[in-house]
Amino acid sequence: MKVRIKFRKYGPVRFIGHLDVMRYFQKAIRRAEIDITYTEGFSPHQIMTFAAPLGVGIVSDGEYMDIQINALPKAENGMTACETMVKRLNAVGVRGLDAVSARILPENAGNAMASVAAASYTVRFREGKRPQDWNDTAAQRLIDSFLSQGEILVEKQTKNGVRTVDLRPGIYELSWRNDSFFLLVDASSGNNIKPALLMETLLRHGGMTLEEHALAVARQDIFTKTVRETGEETFVSLGEIGFEEPFAQAEQERTP
Amino acid sequence: MGEKLALSEEILMQIEKPERYIGCEYNSVVKDPSRVRIRFAMCFPDVYEIGMSHLGIQILYHILNDMPDVWCERVYSPWVDLDAIMRRQKIPLFALESQDPVKSFDFLGITIQYEMCYTNILQILDLSGIPLSASQRGEDCPIVIGGGPCTYNPEPLADFFDLFYIGEGETQYRNLLDLYLECRDLGLDRQEFLLRAAREIPGMYAPGFYEPSYGEDGTLKSFVPTKEGVPEKVRKEIVDHMSEAPYPVKPVVPFIKITQDRVVLEIQRGCIRGCRFCQAGQIYRPVRERDADTLKQYAKALLKNTGQEEISLSSLSSSDYSQLSELVNFLMEECAGSHTNISLPSLRIDAFSLDVMSKVQDVKKSSLTFAPEAGSQRLRNVINKGLTEEAILNGARLAFEGGWTRVKLYFMLGLPTETVEDIQGIAQLCNKIAALFYETVPKEKRVNGRVQIVASTSFFVPKPFTPFQWAAQCTKEEFLEKAYQTRTAIGSQLNQKSIKYNWHEADASVMEGILARGDRRLCEVIKRVYEKGSVFDAWGEYYNNARWLETMQECGLSPDFFTRERSLDELLPWDFIDCGVSKEFLRREWEKAKREETSENCRVKCQGCGAAGFGCGICAIART
Ligand code: SF4
Ligand code: SF4
Repeated sequence: MKVRIKFRKYGPVRFIGHLDVMRYFQKAIRRAEIDITYTEGFSPHQIMTFAAPLGVGIVSDGEYMDIQINALPKAENGMTACETMVKRLNAVGVRGLDAVSARILPENAGNAMASVAAASYTVRFREGKRPQDWNDTAAQRLIDSFLSQGEILVEKQTKNGVRTVDLRPGIYELSWRNDSFFLLVDASSGNNIKPALLMETLLRHGGMTLEEHALAVARQDIFTKTVRETGEETFVSLGEIGFEEPFAQAEQERTP
Repeated sequence: MGEKLALSEEILMQIEKPERYIGCEYNSVVKDPSRVRIRFAMCFPDVYEIGMSHLGIQILYHILNDMPDVWCERVYSPWVDLDAIMRRQKIPLFALESQDPVKSFDFLGITIQYEMCYTNILQILDLSGIPLSASQRGEDCPIVIGGGPCTYNPEPLADFFDLFYIGEGETQYRNLLDLYLECRDLGLDRQEFLLRAAREIPGMYAPGFYEPSYGEDGTLKSFVPTKEGVPEKVRKEIVDHMSEAPYPVKPVVPFIKITQDRVVLEIQRGCIRGCRFCQAGQIYRPVRERDADTLKQYAKALLKNTGQEEISLSSLSSSDYSQLSELVNFLMEECAGSHTNISLPSLRIDAFSLDVMSKVQDVKKSSLTFAPEAGSQRLRNVINKGLTEEAILNGARLAFEGGWTRVKLYFMLGLPTETVEDIQGIAQLCNKIAALFYETVPKEKRVNGRVQIVASTSFFVPKPFTPFQWAAQCTKEEFLEKAYQTRTAIGSQLNQKSIKYNWHEADASVMEGILARGDRRLCEVIKRVYEKGSVFDAWGEYYNNARWLETMQECGLSPDFFTRERSLDELLPWDFIDCGVSKEFLRREWEKAKREETSENCRVKCQGCGAAGFGCGICAIART
């Protein structure tokens, strides 16, 4: 059975790299005595996949890992098995890497990594790092002008050297509210847009340069794409897929 | 608590592995500072990954944090990238848990595990804003206390420490802290506290209350306390009942991969064997075992409390642990099915260990390790290494039959009385092992085609409190010549294609020896070398040998003086320490070595080394 665990990352532990977050959860899962499945072979490892890796230093309210388990833990008083799992993980965890929820995935659900389509972020200027004459109107004007471009070409550093890419199709939403930018951008493995790159391009468009470490980026959530009956594509949070209880899954599968 | 960071976002984003500096690890201890009376910073003066791998620190961290009125936190050397930033921006060194400046603590404890970390100690003090010289420290500075194996000759560091704790940390810390609180309540100053500690607490050496004088030839003429009541000899502290001693079953679980990325079970302390070059074999005497049943409980708790996927046994010579098979069988049962690996270092290769290893490791990938240390039986007798060629070949044959194809061999070059024949013996032994493989394993069964033998040599460094403490150390040129001879000898063997040879840097080994057997006059050298920019000397790429030599010259000291053979009647800089093993015993062993005579190990026959005075461990057990 596959379970998707949503977690947050905040505070000092935001400086822990992606691979070390994985290592952290491998140990936490053992401490929590969650019956995770291991691969076969001489050096077995836990079956675990993470959705879009988060950059070092970035906080997040919506991170996900999918784990394969042999059995759900026995539900504790007044809780579902999934809630029990969350509680157990947090009881043996560090502050700043908190499990938020767990859901049993339907058999046909894509894994956390492959199904990622978009991610949302808020981005704020750090103390004293706001550009001059920055205000709501200026922000709105800049965003409007930026988004009205047919294409937004930038040079992106990739493994195979520098590549020119168009950011425009991957920007699903860009707005300024409550003193922060809100971004909903492509986070799929091939076309992932890094918030810092987008911000830099945006400010450059307005003739501004971004000072180093000027931005505080926070990821809000990660989304997958689903197709409604109407044929319309929408983004659904990775955390909304699946079921809190095994019987809900059984029921769903029975109803055509 | 827990949200504070001593380093800014900007800094953390530009340095390598910021996780080294943020604390917050699982099982790290956070207390309310307003509810404790003593703040203790415990430091391993090397990078986080090395320091975090050290069991001794974890033991003390656990003991001190078990005391409700004490909060012990960890400090490691900032790596060179952060070091530069901290100097530039004048950021004071901080402890990981609270992120508070080290200077604001009551104690700064520094474990001193190897000589080449001495400049790192000065880095820690300097970055903390604590004067390097203990005599310059005011009431606003923590008490700087050193511990660990290098304190068995603390003299080259005497200027930098207020106190040294000689022996095992488990026993006297509470008494020391109580005295500290008492002195503070009485309004006594730093010097008064140190004086009382030196007088009243066993194992405490306060270097400021002793004075050396030197003869015309530069040797130590006298070494005496300058205050009444300060002991002339400081006797090592030791845990007498290991099984009752506290054990850190909730060790800190680091986020990043560290050198010892596993939980560690210390099965015994000390070693029954008296290899004559080995300091650990003497200073941790007598050997004391932990009871297997207690260890089983610890093993379960350690794995449960950390979620680590590997457990390792720790001791100087695991095969000598009397309940080894019982413990190992238990671990194998416990770990089977829970995806936990077992690692068993320092096992003698024999039928039992091969059987165990074949169950817990991938035979094809793992290698056998032998440490004959010397190439000939003659020289092995000199050093009292009770490993015979026959035993090595028997072990290797069994292993080859069991499917192993890789063998690692460790040797030392420059041992007392070594000749060209001994060096050739290294090559011949490697060759014999290779030949044995081809003889034992038929062609069609050779997994990787051929056997892979890796011979490594290190250079012998005479250490205090060993029978070789009087021995001469080779010069760099002699060392390199010996390495060259070894390489040539290996190259002329029939099976040379199956043998790979590695050797150590000679420069650093010579300096290590100078520091190991040095005296107080070296404090000035260490200080100047540090001030010229040396730090992380244990890391080959940062070690600057020319700077050390040039600085010694500036200070009017000659390397040869420290590497020479010492005469038996010479007063040695560390003679004021009583480590339990008598000088008389060491001298006897030194003479036996020269006569190529061996001594039995403690289990076979007591050699009357003096450690029986502690009344515990093997000395108190009747031999069968
Ligand atoms: S076996 Fe020899 S070298 Fe190893 S710890 Fe014991 S005395 Fe030292
Ligand atoms: S007194 Fe005897 S048994 Fe005890 S450590 Fe010394 S040699 Fe070994």
